[in-house]
Amino acid sequence: MTANWANKRGVGAGALLAWAGLALLPLIGFITENTSFDYYMYMGQSMLIYAIAVLGLNLLIGFNGQISLGHSAFFALGAYTTAILMNFGGWPYWATLPVAAVVCFLAGLAFGFPALKLEGHYLALATFTLAIAMPQLLKYKAIAGWTGGVGGVLLDKPDPPEWTGLSADQFLYYLCLFCAMVLFWLVFNLLRGRSGRAIMAIRDHTMAASTMGIDIARYKTVAFGISAGITGIAGALSAITVAYVAPDSFTLQLSISFLVGLVVGGIASLPGCLIGGAFIVLVQNSAQSISDWMKGTFALRYDVPAWAIYGVLLLALMYVLPDGIAGGCARIRAWWTTRGRREAQ
Amino acid sequence: MDFFIQQIASGLTSGAIYACVALGLVMIYVSTDHINFAQGEMAMFATYLAWAMINAGVPYWIAFGLTIAVAFFGGLFIQRVILKPLEHAPVLALVVCFIALLSIFNAIAGMIWSYTIKQFPSPFPSHDLFGNGLVSVQQLGVVGVTLVMLGLLTVFFRFTTLGLAMRAAAQNPASARLMGVRVAWMLALGWGLAASIGAIAGMLVAPIVFLDPNMMNGILVYGFASALVGGIGNPMGAVAGGFIVGVLENLVGSYVIGNELKLSFALVVVVGVLLLKPAGLFGRVIVRRV
Amino acid sequence: MKKLTRRRVLTGAATMLAAPAIAAGKYSPGASDTEIKIGQTMPYSGNASAYGQNGRAHAAYFKMINETGGINGRKINLISLDDGYSPPKTVELARQLVERDQVLFLYAPLGTQCNTAIQKYMNQKKVPQLFVSTGASKWGDPAHFPWTMGWQPDYRTEGEIYAKHIKQTIKNPKIAILRQNDDMGNDYVSGFRELISSFKDTIGADAIVADATYEVTDPTVDSQILQLKNSGANVFYNVTTPKFAAQAIKKSAEIGWKPVQYIVNVSASIGAAIKPGGFENAQGIITAQYIKDITDPSWATSPDFMEWKAWMEKYNSSANPMESANATGYASAFTVTQVLRQCGDDLTRENVMRQAANLHDLEVPMLLPGIRLNTSPTDFYPIKSVRLSHLEGEHWKLFGDLISRDAA
Repeated sequence: MTANWANKRGVGAGALLAWAGLALLPLIGFITENTSFDYYMYMGQSMLIYAIAVLGLNLLIGFNGQISLGHSAFFALGAYTTAILMNFGGWPYWATLPVAAVVCFLAGLAFGFPALKLEGHYLALATFTLAIAMPQLLKYKAIAGWTGGVGGVLLDKPDPPEWTGLSADQFLYYLCLFCAMVLFWLVFNLLRGRSGRAIMAIRDHTMAASTMGIDIARYKTVAFGISAGITGIAGALSAITVAYVAPDSFTLQLSISFLVGLVVGGIASLPGCLIGGAFIVLVQNSAQSISDWMKGTFALRYDVPAWAIYGVLLLALMYVLPDGIAGGCARIRAWWTTRGRREAQ
Repeated sequence: MDFFIQQIASGLTSGAIYACVALGLVMIYVSTDHINFAQGEMAMFATYLAWAMINAGVPYWIAFGLTIAVAFFGGLFIQRVILKPLEHAPVLALVVCFIALLSIFNAIAGMIWSYTIKQFPSPFPSHDLFGNGLVSVQQLGVVGVTLVMLGLLTVFFRFTTLGLAMRAAAQNPASARLMGVRVAWMLALGWGLAASIGAIAGMLVAPIVFLDPNMMNGILVYGFASALVGGIGNPMGAVAGGFIVGVLENLVGSYVIGNELKLSFALVVVVGVLLLKPAGLFGRVIVRRV
Repeated sequence: MKKLTRRRVLTGAATMLAAPAIAAGKYSPGASDTEIKIGQTMPYSGNASAYGQNGRAHAAYFKMINETGGINGRKINLISLDDGYSPPKTVELARQLVERDQVLFLYAPLGTQCNTAIQKYMNQKKVPQLFVSTGASKWGDPAHFPWTMGWQPDYRTEGEIYAKHIKQTIKNPKIAILRQNDDMGNDYVSGFRELISSFKDTIGADAIVADATYEVTDPTVDSQILQLKNSGANVFYNVTTPKFAAQAIKKSAEIGWKPVQYIVNVSASIGAAIKPGGFENAQGIITAQYIKDITDPSWATSPDFMEWKAWMEKYNSSANPMESANATGYASAFTVTQVLRQCGDDLTRENVMRQAANLHDLEVPMLLPGIRLNTSPTDFYPIKSVRLSHLEGEHWKLFGDLISRDAA
């Protein structure tokens, strides 16, 4: 169903337009007087970071069929790698990104091996373990000298190079956007090639893939590694933009929000990752706004809890678009393109 | 030695709690093939209903029975009304729905009953069994109720037509339908029973951990681990898994690695077990036909 | 005096006219002739959601202030947002409040990690981070963070007070510690440990015989309590949050462990910790207090308590009347309104900070008699004194003198 999605005409142009649009956004800062522009840039950074994390997760769940509830652990690992290198090694922020990617890739690879033996719910549990264990490991006394223990590590936000004339937030937005573009492009190419077909073949029918000579174990572990590496970069970027890492930031909640972003955006869809990233950031704020609006409009005595509204929103979304926003768009497009044929009949 | 016995007893008590939650998970898994992430919050919500009844002056056992009944119909309702439109949705969409339900239950409970912890009465006295401080009646009671529930469930699934029909409906809905099983109602029944089991678990847990909207958060993690280590499709396995996880966690915390990492360590052991027995200790490996 | 009379006049006027004509003041973003907009982050969801009651109490207090004419004729508009106790979310919300919603300052954001995450940002932006709701000792550091100020007595000092009390009263202490594995637990224990080890001449070198931690996600602390009992300790330093405090109190009674117990102020709420744990199990427990025990009928005739009670009934009726957060929130909100009153018409961020550092012998309702708030440009610890108390019957009974941070 999604096997030849990448070869569809129009994908390239559409993607190019979307990225160009995202790249032009910060320039609004030069013509607007809005004082909250930097805040919107910061939200943009968060959305891109979540989009990258969802991309990593999508590669694993959407394209390779291995479920993970533990990607918050890789996110944390990336964040702490960056934080420790910047804080203790005095590294510049940009140099830590590849290191974070490699560390998380290796961790993902190492975890991918045992994961080979597990499937479905059992794999979900194993990865779930990772998400639960990570905050506790980060707090552990023996390594508290490096991780800052329960207190975490404070970082300095990087200053933009002067020649750019950008504010810190515009600059960081570009940093995130650059990473996102590179990673999306890499994943796009990976999936379009031989390896990508192998990865998806494993998802669609493991046994058939194996009889065709695909090395299941290798592809699955490497997919796990790459997925973890991508999510690790997202974590590293979050450490840079938030300028603080702490164990409480990387709980199971985070893994769950990645998963929600993934499903809402669209399983096995690259544009869906961007949508999912934006959704993670926006939905909570909008749930809060709806709650405030309800309280104001109906003069309620109690606050309508934002999380209940969040739940209802999710339910409603799943009713209307069970295959995510990207899936819904694809359906609308399919309906639109076949409209002529239907009329002819 | 006393210390060792106490840790085992306390581990078995926690284990019984995990086992109850795991039983609810198994129930839904066996009857619908899904893992219900909202199981813990449903149990918590039912426990609040019981608390409200008891506070309003309803005697404990009547409130207990009523809560189980209300939970049963609540479970039916969730399956028949809320999840019905998603019958053909992808599995992950359902997972997101469970997460949505979890948020809703947690937030509504917080709104109605606030986040301050509440006492919940226990049907069992908390004094010692033998007067030597090793095992309390309360602990024994919790373990006992869990075992009784396990017995009932095993009998239900093994020896009743309804139980068989439910298993059939989950494993092979198409064939089951041809055999005259009303598949949709079987699924709903599974949800109802799971919600009732959850309610019992909640009412057993609440006197020990105190009632608050986040009561089941930590417990669900253990329940999940227990269900899987024993084999998710097997009530017996779930209960054994619960006891194993509960005792293991206490012993690891007291003797091996300290409290900071005991959960991580226990979970690593669980995953290790799964690597050796990928379908859980008591699960059967299902050979798939191509 | 002059200000007071003017306000009284305006109180009447404000109810009729939304915008009374005050001489135009000096304003930073968030303040105007009619409104003072302040922001806040609170854990209304997540594992720490029990603390959300503080934010609700603040909102209820400001509602009362607004209905009785506001502050110097201006209404307080509190925007209190849910950060779920997650530091990155706090950063996002703090930026939203400062940059988009343009609040005058952040008032009482809750959580040590959450406040740490935004401290640098707030100081760079020169926006006050006022009366943070955490007792970490690092908030009173005006030399490095002139825009951040704490409010409650700090955990470290409190821990030291317990250590001294142990030294004075218990001959041969063997101390067992139960603590939450986070920065609150750390702060409470580190000062305590240092002091205990400095007493080694009088109480022996290894007075601390056990130190067990738990995670907020742990279902129970039963196993830990068994470990502590097994260590042979006769003193129990209970560094927990209310839910686990209640469990610890109940469990140690059940297994027949009866040490001298010290419980930290965080969990000294009768309604949220002691009553659920069982009064019969909690007799004699010692804690340090700065807030009046709201369940104690002996305060019933004190004027501030009666005002508080009236406020509870009229503005905060949905809250649990046994929960001490309602008193803490009330006192904290009173302090911030006092600062705003002192600001007069100069509602700039600089002046807010200047006035916050300019409290002299301020008596705050619901604080224990004798506790007065004092701050100065070099002293960012508003509440410095506590009194020890122990549980007698169903209430805290104070004993001893006020113990101050300086003396501690």
